[in-house]
Amino acid sequence: MTYIGKSVKRVEDVRFLTGKGRYTDDIKLPGMTHAYIIRSPYAHAKIKSIDTSAAEAMDGVVAVFTGKDVAGVNGVPCGWQVNFKNGDTMKEPPHPLLVADVVKHVGDNVAMVIAESKEIAKDAAELVDIDYEELDAVADAAKAVKDGAPLVHPDAPKNMCFDWELGNPKEEVDAAMESAHHITKLEFINQRVIPNAIEPRAAIGHYESAGDKHTLYTTSQNPHLTRLLMSAFVLGIPEHRVRVVAPDVGGGFGSKIFHYAEEALVTWASRQLNRPVKWTAERSESFMTDAHGRDHVSTAEMGFDAEGNVVGLRVKTLANLGAYLSTFAPCVPTWLHGTLLQGLYTTPKINVDVTGVFTHTTPVDAYRGAGRPEATYLLERLMDTAALEMKMDPAELRLKNFIPAFDGVEQEGYMTQVALQYDSGNYHKVLERALEMVGYEDFRKEQAAARENGKLLGIGFSTYIEACGIAPSAVVGALGARAGLYEVGQVRVQPTGKVSVYTGAHSHGQGHETTFAQVVADKLGIALDDVEIVHGDSESVAFGMGTYGSRSLAVGGSAIVKSIEKIIEKGTKIAAHKLEAAEGDIEFSEGKFTVKGTDKSIGFGDVALTAYVPHDYPAGLEPGLDFSSFYDPANFTYPFGAHIAVVEVDKDTGKVSLKRFIAVDDVGNVINPMIVDGQIHGGLAQGIGQAMFEGAIYDEDGQLINGSYMDYTMPRADDLPSFEIDRTVTPCPHNPLGVKGAGEAGAIGSTPAVVNAVMDALSPFGIKDIEMPLTPERVWRAMQ
Amino acid sequence: MIPANFQYTRAGSVDEAIGMLKQHGDAAKLLAGGHSLIPAMKLRLNQPGVLIDIGSISELRYIRKEGNHIAIGGGATHDDIANSDAFGGGLEMYPQAAGLIGDTQVRNKGTIGGSLAHADPAADWPAVVIASNATIVVKGPGGERQIAATDFFTGFYETALAEDEILTQIRVPLPAARTKSAYAKFMQPASRFAIVGCAAMITSSGGTCSNASVAMTGVGDAAYKASKVENALKGKSLDSGTIQSAAAHAADGAMVMSDHFASEEYRTHLASVFAGRAISAAV
Repeated sequence: MTYIGKSVKRVEDVRFLTGKGRYTDDIKLPGMTHAYIIRSPYAHAKIKSIDTSAAEAMDGVVAVFTGKDVAGVNGVPCGWQVNFKNGDTMKEPPHPLLVADVVKHVGDNVAMVIAESKEIAKDAAELVDIDYEELDAVADAAKAVKDGAPLVHPDAPKNMCFDWELGNPKEEVDAAMESAHHITKLEFINQRVIPNAIEPRAAIGHYESAGDKHTLYTTSQNPHLTRLLMSAFVLGIPEHRVRVVAPDVGGGFGSKIFHYAEEALVTWASRQLNRPVKWTAERSESFMTDAHGRDHVSTAEMGFDAEGNVVGLRVKTLANLGAYLSTFAPCVPTWLHGTLLQGLYTTPKINVDVTGVFTHTTPVDAYRGAGRPEATYLLERLMDTAALEMKMDPAELRLKNFIPAFDGVEQEGYMTQVALQYDSGNYHKVLERALEMVGYEDFRKEQAAARENGKLLGIGFSTYIEACGIAPSAVVGALGARAGLYEVGQVRVQPTGKVSVYTGAHSHGQGHETTFAQVVADKLGIALDDVEIVHGDSESVAFGMGTYGSRSLAVGGSAIVKSIEKIIEKGTKIAAHKLEAAEGDIEFSEGKFTVKGTDKSIGFGDVALTAYVPHDYPAGLEPGLDFSSFYDPANFTYPFGAHIAVVEVDKDTGKVSLKRFIAVDDVGNVINPMIVDGQIHGGLAQGIGQAMFEGAIYDEDGQLINGSYMDYTMPRADDLPSFEIDRTVTPCPHNPLGVKGAGEAGAIGSTPAVVNAVMDALSPFGIKDIEMPLTPERVWRAMQ
Repeated sequence: MIPANFQYTRAGSVDEAIGMLKQHGDAAKLLAGGHSLIPAMKLRLNQPGVLIDIGSISELRYIRKEGNHIAIGGGATHDDIANSDAFGGGLEMYPQAAGLIGDTQVRNKGTIGGSLAHADPAADWPAVVIASNATIVVKGPGGERQIAATDFFTGFYETALAEDEILTQIRVPLPAARTKSAYAKFMQPASRFAIVGCAAMITSSGGTCSNASVAMTGVGDAAYKASKVENALKGKSLDSGTIQSAAAHAADGAMVMSDHFASEEYRTHLASVFAGRAISAAV
């Protein structure tokens, strides 16, 4: 292996670091116009009238569209259905492109001004006169389900979208809890966070009447899905008349998975005007309208026997979905959350109950980890709290309850109480390694000495599992997905032996152009530079489901491997013919087809040329060397790890300093260690950000009061210590690369480790829980 | 993030800028480093008709010793001050405070004059100029005026500067012998402005405080001199008990602000904590 397992420098970074990336907003088309979206300043209000005449009269204004103009166009659809416990389908209210009657969150789309420049569009927007009648709003899920709360949608009583249950029957879990020697109970808020991709969302609609063709350039993690949703469900345009291009994309963290109204609006408007229409979000719009993450209110109880073995887990969650259902919103608090409540433990009885709730806030959907961080937060906070209450060591308590090691080959996968079968795992090993790295025994001594000197040091643990490599289509279909979740990989060998790979995965920071090329180059025995990775254009890539759920390499990479296998199989036929040998006698390695046991061989490039210039060629074999494959995974794949945080709390101010952070993750086989390290680091920063800094704040009227970088605290480099990370390797048994996923692991595991560490530091005060983010004031108040 | 339309002019000298201010009246706004004004314009919270750019007036950008004071030009950047060696002997808090402002980009562009004239209630410089008994020199059509720093900040984003005047110089008297100073700040984690900031200048003799000058920022609607703290220190032995009990008066008399980073109660507490830290560091 020349490349696999090596920290090859990212080939895409040359263009990114020299300012030559090509992002949606960089694209300028002849005759292009610019759109500005007028957004609701209120969380809930009736639009009494809109007067666009002054704006329309302004020089340089091309058009002003309101809800009335798009009345004939469908709204944005939801891609996942969850049913009520009684079998009724979830409430799925319309999500119009432009609201004509009642706005339902601050930032809701009301009108679109299109002008010759974005400056004119924005100035003209100030001339649009909208008369609102403000209505009562509710932003908080716990308040929204109370009697008499303002309704977001009149046909969703108590603001309920669905209620849902998973696991063992409730009576069985209740009985297990009754038999428990000790029950640890916590009430949590897993606060709402805002994704904050560095590149704001942008979209350009370009209709060309010649060919009746619509092109949408957009900041998307999955252009094919956007094409399907927009053409079939929103605009009713035949899919072959729509091309969607997601060029370089500057980060997504989930928020660019979803199909947004603005994408359909610019496409629709371009056809109306017969000119290209560009829209680029301002940062304030990103805060207000990119789908948010998390926002759960939960009660969780974990029961233990006298020896500290977990006997049961009971969880009840209210999930704030915002004002409308974003593309995958219903799936996140249910199938991506409830199914992870087994964690790494042998808990025999688990019941989880989730209610999806509408509120007058920005829609909530998948954000780095999506449901799995929320599940991990519950379990891991319960574990450390239980250890404290039962006077046991938190590391010991975990080791005692871990599922024993299994490789998924010799030993079967582990069947959970919550619908999943884990593929392979060795959980003791990651925690033992993390304990060794932190120097656990010494730390406890240091902590005791520090306490004597009035210093508050704390250590916190989190051992997590996640389900990624999303996902077997038949399984997710049964769970309500309105799409399959396979991936497509085409490998086109050019006549000269150079290789173009077309993947349905989409890179927006992950480094696919490097990692995928490493796999292809090694499997074909060619140079890395001879491989090109193409993604993000529905016109060049046959189909694709995109990148999210840490799936690109496990699913997209496997599709590419399948195509490579077909290339080698066909190449073997050609080589056998050229070498006048039987196919069974040909072996392929290091870029050469060789007759076994001889020095007779033919290079990969010569075979490629023969395939395209088939003068001397096997009878009946098609020319060309180009294969496409769909890969539908047999199972999710399950990375896991152990994270340890060490903190110091300033007694006078409540400020938490993160002193050390140790992360031992197992993401299966690793293709590029440097890229995986980078993914882990980024994930840790986001998870720590949620624990200590981040959180959307809505006031009583549903106003987002910290929607700017002056008010919303992002983690910064100087807030974080130098991370101490390591890995164990437990290969995935069911995909050809043995890889799991690394994109979300850091964000899933790290959050509870930090909070647990602060609670450990504050244990002399008898403090059990502080709501995230752990701001200095909250910590200080808890100490008073 | 697109400001409303405005006219842009660049002044080559202070006198030219004053002339432009007079010509454009209310519609004009001075642009120095732009790190407060431009963000406000992008959010359309501020929509000046004319921007007069004084950022390249070289006669405003200096730090020099003049007789018994240090003269800082209004156009000196935070970074200029952070890296200046003019602030020994009791004025250490100047480079120290400068280094705690924003980030590198802000320090490279933002100016002390711009910050003082903007009078953000959470800015760092107001506390420092008050505690160091500085004089603010301003120039208008009628000539030059000198305003004591304690009289300069008149309210929430309000100063004694007239509309046609430019802040040209900060004149900082050289402290007495055996004087030390320090600035301590609790940062708002997103903006890195001060939730509270305390500038303290202490002159001591044999462990006893002979003079104390203490000012707070971030606490109320404008920076102020913490006289009660000063009085509780003067003539006293500078032990930690005295410092703590003096610092407890840091927010006395202030209309303490409250926001989602710090409630009134917590901010009041922080004022004492950081007054204590600044004073301790200046001893």
